[in-house]
Amino acid sequence: MIVEHDIVIVGGGPAGMAAAVAAYDSGVTDVVILDREPGLGGILRQCIHNGFGLHKLGRELTGPEYADAYLKEVEARGIKIYTETTVTAVSPDRVVTARNREGILKIQAGAVVLAMGCRERSRGALNISGTRPAGVYSAGTAQKLINCEGYMVGKTVVILGSGDIGLIMARRMTFEGAKVEAVCEVMPYSGGLIRNIEQCLNDFDIPLYLSTTVVEIHGKKRVEGVTIAEVDEKRRVKEETKRYIPCDTLLLSVGLIPENELTRSAGIPIDPITNGALVDENRETAVPGIFACGNVLQVHDLVDYVSDEAEIAGLGAANFVRGSKSEGASVETVPGNGVRYVLPQRVHTETGKDTALFMRVTQPFGKVRFTVKSGDEVLATAVRLKAAPGEMEKIVVKGDKLAMAKAPITVSLEVVK
Amino acid sequence: MMYDVVIVGAGVIGGMLARQLSKYRLSVCLLEKENDVAMGASRANSGIVHGGYDPEPGTLKAKLNAEGVEKLFNVAAELHAPILRNGSFVCAFGTEEEENTLRELYERGQVNGIPNLSLISGEEAREMEPALSEKVSLVLNVPNAGIVCPYELTIAAIGNAMDNGVCLKTNYAVNGIEKTEKGFTVTSAAGEVVEAKYVVNCAGCYSDKIAQLVGDNFFTIIPRAGEYMMLDKTEGSRVSHTIFQVPSVEGKGILVSPTVDGNLLTGPTAIKVADPACTETTPEGLEQVARLASKSVPSVNFRQVITSFSGVRSSEKNGDFIIIPANGVENMVHVAAIDSPGLTSCVAIADYTIELLREMGLVTECDPTFNGTRENPHAFREMNDDEKDAYIKEHPAYGKIVCRCETVNEGEIRDAIRRNPPATDIDGVKRRTRSGMGRCQGGFCMPYVMRLLSEENNTPMEQITKNGAGSEQLKHRI
Repeated sequence: MIVEHDIVIVGGGPAGMAAAVAAYDSGVTDVVILDREPGLGGILRQCIHNGFGLHKLGRELTGPEYADAYLKEVEARGIKIYTETTVTAVSPDRVVTARNREGILKIQAGAVVLAMGCRERSRGALNISGTRPAGVYSAGTAQKLINCEGYMVGKTVVILGSGDIGLIMARRMTFEGAKVEAVCEVMPYSGGLIRNIEQCLNDFDIPLYLSTTVVEIHGKKRVEGVTIAEVDEKRRVKEETKRYIPCDTLLLSVGLIPENELTRSAGIPIDPITNGALVDENRETAVPGIFACGNVLQVHDLVDYVSDEAEIAGLGAANFVRGSKSEGASVETVPGNGVRYVLPQRVHTETGKDTALFMRVTQPFGKVRFTVKSGDEVLATAVRLKAAPGEMEKIVVKGDKLAMAKAPITVSLEVVK
Repeated sequence: MMYDVVIVGAGVIGGMLARQLSKYRLSVCLLEKENDVAMGASRANSGIVHGGYDPEPGTLKAKLNAEGVEKLFNVAAELHAPILRNGSFVCAFGTEEEENTLRELYERGQVNGIPNLSLISGEEAREMEPALSEKVSLVLNVPNAGIVCPYELTIAAIGNAMDNGVCLKTNYAVNGIEKTEKGFTVTSAAGEVVEAKYVVNCAGCYSDKIAQLVGDNFFTIIPRAGEYMMLDKTEGSRVSHTIFQVPSVEGKGILVSPTVDGNLLTGPTAIKVADPACTETTPEGLEQVARLASKSVPSVNFRQVITSFSGVRSSEKNGDFIIIPANGVENMVHVAAIDSPGLTSCVAIADYTIELLREMGLVTECDPTFNGTRENPHAFREMNDDEKDAYIKEHPAYGKIVCRCETVNEGEIRDAIRRNPPATDIDGVKRRTRSGMGRCQGGFCMPYVMRLLSEENNTPMEQITKNGAGSEQLKHRI
């Protein structure tokens, strides 16, 4: 039997909850959230450190507190929640198939919001050679085991990757009595937030080795040590720099991958750079009525921005249900000099509304000027004192300027002396 | 108790022998030094059902491979072990030498009695297999070949053997075999004793060590490691056949093959190693796999690698299987040096070994209670949505997905912990259910799987291991 709902939201993390609330508040109240976990909140549930909510809620909260703030809003509106319910398929005509302990659930949705989040890159994807013992965890798995299950995973630790989860876990492991011997980062700079390097490594005298990677894992049953080595600018291992560090645990924080298996199965085209769907300014994918937001669309640095993005998608979904979607001419957005990607990848130019473009730079820069152009027309500029790949940039293009865009919009940067 | 037959080693050979022996009114005990079955060569190999064109005519390999293909397809079907007849291509890359080798292999296949072999041009091959390299000039088409999951086959064989009364003892490292008046005592490093009238040595890479326990020194196992890379299911349909290369100076047998689970497998290298427990991967090995696999199928996207691993197979200098009565004692058989095509031949090897045991005097009277069909562990995933819905209503645990990448549910994991041979560690659950085998490699499901193991076996979380003692995942409760 197929039931019908106006909006079905796949995933009840910060993105799913914010999208649901935004859709509801714009007047579409028949909204359901499907989530595979026992409670909503997603990965925030295991992020017991603080630093969440400063931008969005004006308060500094822990992950669970941030999740609860949104959960309260969801519950206050009576939005229907299915927990321990895993979506197994989304069809292009918006039939969502899910499964829980009661059986198979099929919902014909007026609009779908994809908010499945992301997963961590695994050891396998890195192809680190050596043995395959116990004691190799992705940083998030270790975080879950420590913070949610209440078990310590190791005593002497090496962390590969200086993404935010790796940095947070360096501090967390130290708090629980482990010795973090090293954080290794293959790039010449960290991909994590500057504040996390200060608060999680420097404050605890944990060494960060840049342009350094783990080349081999040792130990038959449990990790006994790792060999680390420096790499050159082409990421080739410098043999003479190899050294052995004894440890019983290796944590991997080597990147997040949006979980787009459902997206692909619905035939939605994916951006090879973001690994998320190609979307327009409403976060609508190339399949009408299917929207995406949060880390399934692009990996964010701050949950606050996830919530912002999800509100756009939730509103977009509600407008789709009402039949009032963006129409008229649209142009692509293209990353130019120094810019890795621009999201949304397509914008409608005749909406008259201000539209924010989000982007990441290709490498760390000092002072830069961003220029948003369409043909010869400059639509917006912005100056930043610093730009780094770990920090997402946002530039707003005014509605009247956007109307002048007849050719693809390019965002590029130049270094300012 | 005095068993009729004790088998040392619970790999695919020992396991299939146990299963074939369980057809008879015999008491059989299977001993395994590891914490689970299929922990040696049976855990990590190419999973190929070889056509049989390759072995030298007149060898045991030629005989048992030729007999073994159909036997394996039949038994795997009874055991509900995934097996697929996808056919294989052996490719020559434009040189006369390689093309001549293919012609020789074709002739050898005729002598070995392999059905439906043909030589086809590169163009014909690319029509059937568009991703094949433009450089492929001649192909030996082997339609009777297939693919099988080696550890699932082993688990299924041993599970079925146990369902039919075979006793499995894991963590039983044999360190002594003594001849007594009535038979043998087979002792373990931990001091346990098992008695038997007949002993079969199926100890894989350690079979020479087991042979030495009865004074047999006439063969030496040369452990040979092979490294592989497994790719995500997004690459799984890159080819439909198993693509081999004509053996050359640069490499011998790097293949590109779909797996029965829908992934793409590339490998193996072949490197002699000193220690059979050495299953390390190396940067050089993985680089070689990628380079040679790309030679056959240039479009393989190695960014989609989800795991790499190394398996050790047991070779011997003469190159043939060793399946013979022991020299040092009566009523013992060595089944050794079972490298490729050992997996293909496993049922034929088991039957051949039983024949040897009969010649020694083992009485094999059919057991009318024998049930050769194993319950299908994949029944749920083969159902349509309505059937699944009905099944979940009866068995709610099947509605809770634990491993999102491979869509494995709680019911299937609990079954794997309860069913013969029971999974007792995280890797054991993985091999039985595929939980943790997908693109996230257990990142999300591992804590959940640990909790289920803890609950089902009433074991504290700190004692849950990856693959047996010493591989505990957690240090202590916070």
